[in-house]
Amino acid sequence: MQLESMYQDVILDHYRNPHHKGLREPYDAEVHHVNPTCGDEVTLRVRLDGDDVADVSYDAMGCSISQASASVMTDLIIGRPVKEAMNTGDEFLKLMQSRGKAEPDEDVLEDAVAFTGVSKYPARIKCALLAWMAWKDATAKAMEAQA
Amino acid sequence: MSIDVGQIRKDFPILTRTVREGRPLVYLDSANTSQKPLQVIDAIEDYYARHNANIHRATHQLGEEATEAYEGARIKVGGFIGTADECEVIFTKNISEGINLVAYAMGNAAFAGPEAERFRVGPGDEIVITEMEHHSNIVPWQLLAQRTGATLRWFGVTDEGRLDLEGIDELITDRTKIVALAHQSNVLGTVNPVREVAEKAHAVGALVLVDGAQAVPHMPVNVQELGADFYGFTAHKLCGPTGIGVLWGRRELLEALPPFLGGGEMIETVSMERSTYAPPPHKFEAGTMPIAEAVGLSAAVDYVTGVGLDQIQAYEHELLAYSLKELQTVDGLRILGPLEADDRGTALSFVLDGPDGREIHPHDVSQVLDAHGVAVRAGHHCARPLHRRFGVAASTRASLYFYNTHDEVDALVEGLRQTQKFFGPA
Repeated sequence: MQLESMYQDVILDHYRNPHHKGLREPYDAEVHHVNPTCGDEVTLRVRLDGDDVADVSYDAMGCSISQASASVMTDLIIGRPVKEAMNTGDEFLKLMQSRGKAEPDEDVLEDAVAFTGVSKYPARIKCALLAWMAWKDATAKAMEAQA
Repeated sequence: MSIDVGQIRKDFPILTRTVREGRPLVYLDSANTSQKPLQVIDAIEDYYARHNANIHRATHQLGEEATEAYEGARIKVGGFIGTADECEVIFTKNISEGINLVAYAMGNAAFAGPEAERFRVGPGDEIVITEMEHHSNIVPWQLLAQRTGATLRWFGVTDEGRLDLEGIDELITDRTKIVALAHQSNVLGTVNPVREVAEKAHAVGALVLVDGAQAVPHMPVNVQELGADFYGFTAHKLCGPTGIGVLWGRRELLEALPPFLGGGEMIETVSMERSTYAPPPHKFEAGTMPIAEAVGLSAAVDYVTGVGLDQIQAYEHELLAYSLKELQTVDGLRILGPLEADDRGTALSFVLDGPDGREIHPHDVSQVLDAHGVAVRAGHHCARPLHRRFGVAASTRASLYFYNTHDEVDALVEGLRQTQKFFGPA
């Protein structure tokens, strides 16, 4: 069944046991994003350490795809330079816009390659992008505050 | 006389198609939009193939035919909802536009003549809605309140999903200018006591607007008997096309109500300084209207009338009772709205827990159902305040129409069990 192409085991694992979940102190910026069509919400905090992403913490409510995506994202970006993390975010966005046709670079996207199947379902792309959009927004705010 | 669902389904070509790797379509999303019978599809095709012209302004034969088809639809719709005066039937884009029409026209009353006095809204005046409204019957009133300084108030909803009428005498007072409520909830299925509310409203001189989007497709509706002043619905939930809705209003109100959208066909005379307006309904129909859609709506009215609204209501009532019973056999499923079928329509919204007691998100539920060919809606169904009232962000909604069968309800229930299995322990 096509269903398994969306709900890869990697995604269901992250959904059942999300990484880095919960809001933590200290932080430089906090944002709240919603998906107006389904009501999914995420509150996300960013702490920067110079040019690096020191921590990303979040509290989210939503579907398995949005929850798993937030979890995978934090694995990919915590401890990385902001620039590299932004680049990873761009790669993930490209993957989600590919309608299942991309061949993602596993070295860059790691567990996030599991979302290739999700990109075939237009209604679910926003779910996968919710945390990423919140992180980009929070990081921009944190950098503004620093400057 | 009960309806022959097998025969009816033959009129809906889409119901025979397959989805997602060859699974038969089980369409349980009719509160979102209904499917269309061949009779409606053919009427629209025939109009474009044989009669297409603009209305009211072409003097040629096609223009006459198109005008006759469009105005014929108005007469038909009038009869369908219980008015003999077709001037009381305004065509709109959809129900949202119908509600906005009234809300904006009331806002415009501040700048109109004394005839519009009773529509004027300002500080100290109150607009009353309910917590179970669709966003389309909330936001236009919020906007009107913001523009005029009036106060927005609302009825609450009981735990059973009924309108909470306890404080009605404190809520509907001589400050109330208009009461706007759904005839039937798009989430809970609840059929509201419109007549009772309308009597209270009229006793204090307030107007009553009824959102009938979820009622007109499922039950005989007579706007006069209901006691409404304005009643709106949309064609696409009634086996008709998208792009056209209906706003009915009492003639004396429509005559006094200021216009909403300005443009061609809604005028009497225009000079560079000012204009005078056509009498209703044309005063409220600016620009070229959805003509083919009116033809489609007319065919849809013929279709459901042919099946019989009484028969539709009786069949759906029985199917609803069966669905309520079957859904409650699923462990961890909680229905939002009344658990008994009386004064209740066929919108079945619910939240579902997995075997571990953790809620399975409605998007995930609907995705697994979709993989089984079962089409439902997931989200807040444009009723976020109502979902908050019940302590959830979203729900899954199955909504039935008279072309649905008991087997399809069984498919839904089986799909829900599969969903729980899928999201169960790894």
